Amino acid sequence: MSIHRHQFSRRSILAGAAAVGLTGTLAACGGSDDDSGKSSGPVKLTYWAWAPNMDKVAAIWNKKNPDITVTVSKQAAGKDIVSKLITAKKAGNAPDLIQVEYQSLPTLVSNDVLADISKYAKSAKSQFAEGLWAMVTLGTDAVYAIPQDSGPLMFFYREDLFKKHNLTVPATWDDFAKTARAAKKAVPDAYLTTFSANDPGLFAGLAQQAGAKWWTVGDGGKWTVGIDDAATKKVTDFWGGLVQEGAIDNQPMYTPAWSSALNKGTHLGWVSAVWAPGVLISSAPDTKGKWRMAPLPQWSAGEDVTGSWGGSSTGVSTDSKHAEAAAKFATWLNTDAEALAALVKEVSIYPAATKGQSGSVLTAPAFFPNQTDFYDTAAKIAATTAASAWGPNVQVAYDTFSDAFGKASKAKKSAQFDTALATMQSATFTDMKKQGFKVTEA
Amino acid sequence: MTATPLKGSDRTTAGPLADGTATSVRPRRRGRSAPYWFLVPALFLFAAFTVVPIGYAVWLSLHKVQVKGIGLGKGAREQVWNGLGNYTDVLHDSEFGHSVLRAFGYGLIVIPTMLGLALVFALMLDTPQARSAKFARLAIFLPYAVPGIIAALMWGFLYLPTVSPFYYLLREFNLPQPDLFDGGNLYLSFANIAVWGGTGFNMIVIYTALRAIPLEIYEAAKIDGASDLKIALRIKIPIVMPSLVLTFFFSVIATLQVFTEPMALKPLTNGLSGSWSPLMAIYDAAFFRSDIYGASATAVVLALATFALSFTLLRVSDRYTREDRA
Repeated sequence: MSIHRHQFSRRSILAGAAAVGLTGTLAACGGSDDDSGKSSGPVKLTYWAWAPNMDKVAAIWNKKNPDITVTVSKQAAGKDIVSKLITAKKAGNAPDLIQVEYQSLPTLVSNDVLADISKYAKSAKSQFAEGLWAMVTLGTDAVYAIPQDSGPLMFFYREDLFKKHNLTVPATWDDFAKTARAAKKAVPDAYLTTFSANDPGLFAGLAQQAGAKWWTVGDGGKWTVGIDDAATKKVTDFWGGLVQEGAIDNQPMYTPAWSSALNKGTHLGWVSAVWAPGVLISSAPDTKGKWRMAPLPQWSAGEDVTGSWGGSSTGVSTDSKHAEAAAKFATWLNTDAEALAALVKEVSIYPAATKGQSGSVLTAPAFFPNQTDFYDTAAKIAATTAASAWGPNVQVAYDTFSDAFGKASKAKKSAQFDTALATMQSATFTDMKKQGFKVTEA
Repeated sequence: MTATPLKGSDRTTAGPLADGTATSVRPRRRGRSAPYWFLVPALFLFAAFTVVPIGYAVWLSLHKVQVKGIGLGKGAREQVWNGLGNYTDVLHDSEFGHSVLRAFGYGLIVIPTMLGLALVFALMLDTPQARSAKFARLAIFLPYAVPGIIAALMWGFLYLPTVSPFYYLLREFNLPQPDLFDGGNLYLSFANIAVWGGTGFNMIVIYTALRAIPLEIYEAAKIDGASDLKIALRIKIPIVMPSLVLTFFFSVIATLQVFTEPMALKPLTNGLSGSWSPLMAIYDAAFFRSDIYGASATAVVLALATFALSFTLLRVSDRYTREDRA
């Protein structure tokens, strides 16, 4: 979600404000704001979403469906909304509809925040790629949300600078390493890109591409945590090696320094997702028309697979008194042609629904006037997204990632990257065990 | 504790409400409950917004969530009694212990520097020779009026080599460019923000105390041939001691609760963990890991530690000021 990325630093700022409200949140138990009662008026639904302009899309629905009124309540993004929803559920007043990132689905299902809407929404299945639909069912017969947008990983690079320094666009990760070294040689104070420890989502997507399965449920009804599996180790060693030899930068993303590097061209590329143009507009405004997007480098030549970074879905809460109406809205929002067009135009997302990924609405991003087939290429890449495997304590794994990999990238030691991965595995496993999950390690 | 704990509190007992008055007014029967009625609003607010939330946090800290099976869907989790389990975890959590040590390390830099500067500024402003004292006072105080989060972001910007004008100058003059987010420098970087923001406030507290000193004392000292420096060291500092104790006391508590600066700078660097300071560790547990139970236990431990520390400090300063008087 580009929107989510944008707000990264603002989110941290708001963190301070949120902390002040700690005692307030703790005390907020009991009470319910259900206003349906016995009145015969329209069904009123509240929708917690953080994507901007979601209310404009809801307005289209409200105009057409006077019997079901949806009110959008703007929320903080990503991981903040998870704690808020769990607390709201405890208080018995979770909103009817919720915007949920894919990796948070198991956490929310585990906390009984999300209702199974398979009764009302099963028919939507055909509208989505199989991998996306699997994420909202968690591999069960239930349906916990309707996919909204996806963030297939791609490689973005400065076309002009690549040409100038005679660099090749990498097709494999080996090529990527070579290009990184060549770039460093050509422009000593520049880097191809950075390894950032402050957004675990990218690392998760890269591991996903390599075939990692961090959380799986076996037939015996037991979780298996495999964060340090062979695929993730391969990814860790690759990036750790590049950082150690100094072929790529080690500073975190979304800092003023990072933006300046993108804008000044001291970062020549960025491994990012389909929403990258939205970030580049604000972070590197002087580079319009100088970027180009290519498929993500592959682990072996001839392969065609990518991971995803971000993306969210629309779920219905277990507190909702109108699950059917809510599911109807969620399905409309994410599969109806008019709604999809509005999502693209107003909310600037990349729709998850297959039919939303083609067509006239998705014109090339204004920031990429040199790549008119941007979204055709994107749709082809999106179709190759590997399945992801999320578990019920993604936040713990993500949290540990930022701390442990942050330390490792600061030290620029490949060996510490390995230790960091092991820490991530053990922290995640221990947490699940402590909570009482039936769980083993891979 | 009845016999004047701090010198400064002498003042409150002087005046119309001093000792004699309480006994001279004969209490009337029907007025007896009146004071309690006046207390009701305060007590209600105190109960609703302090006692109940603290009680709830303590209650949470004694529980935990128990997950069954793979823990998906309804009834997969229940809240169970955990006794002192969360507390044992907190005390065995080396990361939390480290965060407390880091906060102390930070305090060791901040408190002496900030209070030292505040005292020096206050004394300088209090000398008769001080020019444009009003302006200087305002200028020193002004950073305190800048919200902590803004200050932290602003400094964060100045600490980043590629965007900071300071680093630009260092580069131009070929001077070494230290990494301000690394190891020990990190403490200095945070301390700098706190000193920048807090000196003004503390200076005002001390300065106000200085202005309350009767001028006759200075006159007497001058007649006895004391220099300005001697007056400052022998008269002013001892008299404003209670204010210094007070500001020290506030600073210690603020140190244990350091949150804004590291939280705002965390996204800018790899060198800062999510549990760098005790409050960050609590925030992280409650809002990112959704472990409200562990977070509550940690919060209770931190609150008790702060309480114990404050109490000890007060006792120590109490003894010190009494001995001083004797």
